[in-house]
Amino acid sequence: MKPPPFAYHAPRSVEEALTLLAALDGAKVLAGGQSLVPLLNMRLAEPAALIDIGRIPGLDVLEVADGHVRIGAGVTHERLRRDDAVAAVQPLLRRALDLVAHPVIRNRGTTVGSVVHADPAAEMPAVVALLGGTLEVASVRGRRSIEAADLVRGPLESDVAPDELALELRVPVAAPGTGSAFVELSRRHGDYALAGVATEVAVDGGRIVGARATFIGVGTGTAVLDLSPAVAGRDAADLDVVDVAAAVAGFVEPQDDVHADAAYRRHLAGVLAGRAVRAAAADALARAGAGVR
Amino acid sequence: MTTRMLGAPVLRTEDPRLLRGEGRYLDDLGQGAYEVAIVRSPHAHARVLDIDVTGALDVDGVVAVYTYEDLPPRLRERLPVLIPHPALTAARTQHVLAAGEVNHVGEAVAMVVARDRYLAEDAANRIHVAYEPLPAVVGHERAASGQLLVHDDIPGNLAATLTQEIGDAPGRIAAAPNRLTFRLDIDRSASTPMETRGVHARWDADDQRLRVHSSTQTPTSVRAVVASYLELPLAQVECVAPDIGGGFGVKIVHPWPEELLVPWAARLLGHEVKFTEDRREHFISANHERGQVQFIDVGFDDDGRILGLDVRLLHDHGAYIPYGLIVPIITSTQLLGPYRITDYRVRFDSLYTNTVPVSPYRGAGRPQGCFAMERTMDRIARHLGLDRTLVRERNLIRPDEMPYDFGLTFQDGRPYAYDSGDFPASLAKLRELADWDGFPARRAAAEAAGRLLGIGMAAYVEGTGVGPYEGGHVQVETTGKVKVATGLSTQGQGHRTAFAQVVADALGVPFEDVEVVTGDTRRFAYAVGTFASRAAVMSGNAIHLAALKVREKALRIASEALEVDVEDLELVDGHVRVVGSPATSIPLGVLATMSNPLRYAFDASARIATQFASPGTTDRPPVAAGESPGLEGTDFYSPLRSTFANGMHAVEVEVDPETSDVRILRYSVVHDCGTLINPMIVEGQIMGGVAQGVGGALYEEMAYDEHGQLLNASFMDFLMPYASEVPAVAVDHLETPSPLNPLGIKGAGEAGVIPGSAALASAIEDAVGVGIDAMPLSPSRLHALRVAADHR
Ligand SMILES: Cc1cc2nc3c(=O)[nH]c(=O)nc-3n(C[C@H](O)[C@H](O)[C@H](O)COP(=O)(O)OP(=O)(O)OC[C@H]3O[C@@H](n4cnc5c(N)ncnc54)[C@H](O)[C@@H]3O)c2cc1C
Repeated sequence: MKPPPFAYHAPRSVEEALTLLAALDGAKVLAGGQSLVPLLNMRLAEPAALIDIGRIPGLDVLEVADGHVRIGAGVTHERLRRDDAVAAVQPLLRRALDLVAHPVIRNRGTTVGSVVHADPAAEMPAVVALLGGTLEVASVRGRRSIEAADLVRGPLESDVAPDELALELRVPVAAPGTGSAFVELSRRHGDYALAGVATEVAVDGGRIVGARATFIGVGTGTAVLDLSPAVAGRDAADLDVVDVAAAVAGFVEPQDDVHADAAYRRHLAGVLAGRAVRAAAADALARAGAGVR
Repeated sequence: MTTRMLGAPVLRTEDPRLLRGEGRYLDDLGQGAYEVAIVRSPHAHARVLDIDVTGALDVDGVVAVYTYEDLPPRLRERLPVLIPHPALTAARTQHVLAAGEVNHVGEAVAMVVARDRYLAEDAANRIHVAYEPLPAVVGHERAASGQLLVHDDIPGNLAATLTQEIGDAPGRIAAAPNRLTFRLDIDRSASTPMETRGVHARWDADDQRLRVHSSTQTPTSVRAVVASYLELPLAQVECVAPDIGGGFGVKIVHPWPEELLVPWAARLLGHEVKFTEDRREHFISANHERGQVQFIDVGFDDDGRILGLDVRLLHDHGAYIPYGLIVPIITSTQLLGPYRITDYRVRFDSLYTNTVPVSPYRGAGRPQGCFAMERTMDRIARHLGLDRTLVRERNLIRPDEMPYDFGLTFQDGRPYAYDSGDFPASLAKLRELADWDGFPARRAAAEAAGRLLGIGMAAYVEGTGVGPYEGGHVQVETTGKVKVATGLSTQGQGHRTAFAQVVADALGVPFEDVEVVTGDTRRFAYAVGTFASRAAVMSGNAIHLAALKVREKALRIASEALEVDVEDLELVDGHVRVVGSPATSIPLGVLATMSNPLRYAFDASARIATQFASPGTTDRPPVAAGESPGLEGTDFYSPLRSTFANGMHAVEVEVDPETSDVRILRYSVVHDCGTLINPMIVEGQIMGGVAQGVGGALYEEMAYDEHGQLLNASFMDFLMPYASEVPAVAVDHLETPSPLNPLGIKGAGEAGVIPGSAALASAIEDAVGVGIDAMPLSPSRLHALRVAADHR
């Protein structure tokens, strides 16, 4: 469990990083290293060079501006999780990050890195897919924004090209009348979940007017399920979720693995989605009651 | 006054050093050593056709590459069968490097020695091995069917079959008013210590000596086996166990291939060599345990008393059988637990499979046995509609029946006889500690809130302190400090603290003045090892006896010096003093000086021992016949047979009715390991054991596929519980001293893990009302069981 040989670069500017990425074959960006380093140690990845972005100034932006949370590529999970201003305008980020790994990993792992890594069991890609927003990326070829919906192409495959550096993630703040929740079941505290659900519901006049969900661990990638047909019009205060499980069961495509079989995961996704929608509805009411807008 | 140390919850003297990161573990040694990487088989079963190492030799920094062909004749022999047994008729062990065939994923095929481990791995990746894959035998059923063979010349994959029998179990069962037959499965788990295996060796060409450091539970035996396979005189080999980050049984097995290869290469290359196993290797090349299928046939009366019990075990011991039949023998006997069972038959088949070999992991066959017996008790209770504690109570052996000899043979080849214990008292304590009688009310309250609770319990008896012997050496230095050595090693249990407590009491010296060294053949060459919850019993008593010898000698010397009868002397606070007149005293350090007649006064304090210092007698030699210089003593403790500790666990769980996720609400332990040396250490041992019990019951398994690939060979997928999954444990002690040893102690190291699966199965079954016959139990499996039950 020692990595194969690689060249190591620690550029001091974005431009330098982009030049290296363009010039070096088989180079990889190294952010927090919490996904990449294990892959190296297991020799599952053999990049010729690592471009460590940890010393590039300016990648650590974290602020709420223009109706978005701006999350720089250098922002760790833990820093984002602890930011009260962020949690006030987009509480789902903290709720999901509470479930990401353990403090030591969150202290190093970056949220942008997680989104680029596109692990189908990771919380943050599912959250971004649900909330929308964009990922700003750059290469020597130029800059572009990737829409949340286009970000993840498949398991461990994002739209970020090998020569591109992701600079910043922009996630919209929660709209008035909405509430959110992230519910998952993991075998051990902080593990990747057997299944998990991110939901956002919209409530108007005490009734559900919309509900959407994304899932982790059940083979749906970052596809968004519209749960409105299952819950719209219902009383948000005592939400009946009987129809949620069926909608979820028809949507997810889980597989057997060493931790759980597909039938269980399908069942579990439905149960968790019901709980998540209820929690999100309660959150919407609470936020409305607290005058959050 | 010196306060009594035995029984005091003294803080562990090991901890400050270890907690500050000052421990010296195997990988901390030999910073300049060459490092080893092993090429391991990717196949569960294959013929090795060709090994092409040329690519590896091109890697800069590679020192040597070895395959079987490169080994000297003695190292080409198979590894020893450590514990031969008459029933073990088809024993097979591995070669240090594969000789034409591999029998499990992870088996060692070639060894690379390089400047560092990075380069060694680079080179290992460039070794091309041509394999001819053979069909893999995985799982008890396929092994037992014998259609495919692990070893061509071992029919039925059967290493051994052994039956033990008392009374007439089949007859009593047939005649019993009630009879149940069922099958129970326990999956594999493993020791998985925090520190993996490792060995470092240095050949000193000037001294012509080999020093081996190994992360082992038995340095004396590693020393012996290295000397034997390297064909060196024992006197030229020394073995030291440095700080060890856990063993739990896996490190009692020896020699691992690397334990011979590394010293051999170090001598050959004239350079230090080190091997530190990585985590992935540990999963596929260090032994596992637990995998067993158990068929139960039980007859009982209408009160739930067992009349006859007939058990058949299929034991999956993996590709090789280096440690003999110890695990199934322990299951066969220890299964009986605290119950009076007079008519019993147990048969086991020990089967080869193309998986990692099996040898004891903390608990060693007992968790499986406990699972069998305690599931049986629960089934009887359910069948008769009786409370589960009541059925157990009716079957318990009574204190007045002690010692209780079953008439079976235990793992030490000696009678399976319980020396002491008060099982009814333990059960009463457990019911109280767990508030067993209050549970129905708790359950009802939870149910009203839509929550699902269950309670369960399990009892066990643990044979501990197996022989043949351990020894201790106690020496009072002229400074008055006491140095103690014992040959067995330590892997985190707090031996240095506990043994110092023993010596402090026996010698009347301050605890702080006692320093204990373990596991260093330079300090103490005779020992067996750390396993079977034996260290406290064996070395504890040996050190106690050695300390008593020193005490006697100190008193004798003081008696002469003070011209006072020995009976009128006492040892207090590091001084021998006259009873009733404490001002008249001699420090132990001075007695140590006096005990060693000197010619040269090398320092001021030594003067009193030189020839002209005092008139003394001239009618006997300075060292009288039968005497020896120095205030020191060595003694050994060798027990007649094992001493049996016991305990009972109760656990209360909540099962999420929708997700089948299990949460432990309350965990209670009543434990009796005889006289307690240090209750805090014992409780630590119990809690650690409970953690592993919870792991085995709810989380850990070795997920082999049908091709013999281990699918979860990492801590990401092998779910050792975190602190967040392990419950707080309430512990209550009972102390029924063992009549077998001077200190009255029984072992405590393994106890905590034994009843985990049994107690949790009982509690989960109680919560969901669906029979639990196999462990571990994941939410996915529990869900499937509940769905299947709904459809019935
Ligand atoms: C024990 C453990 C448990 C974990 N549990 C969870 C969990 O429960 N949930 C979860 O979501 N995650 C979990 N993780 C993963 C963790 O969240 C990672 O930190 C995260 O997925 C990746 O972030 P990173 O900064 O460490 O990225 P790195 O490991 O440095 O990089 C990951 C990948 O993204 C690329 N990359 C990173 N940043 C950029 C960038 N700015 N531009 C272009 N490419 C980039 C890298 O090249 C690499 O391919 C766990 C990790 C560990 C070790």
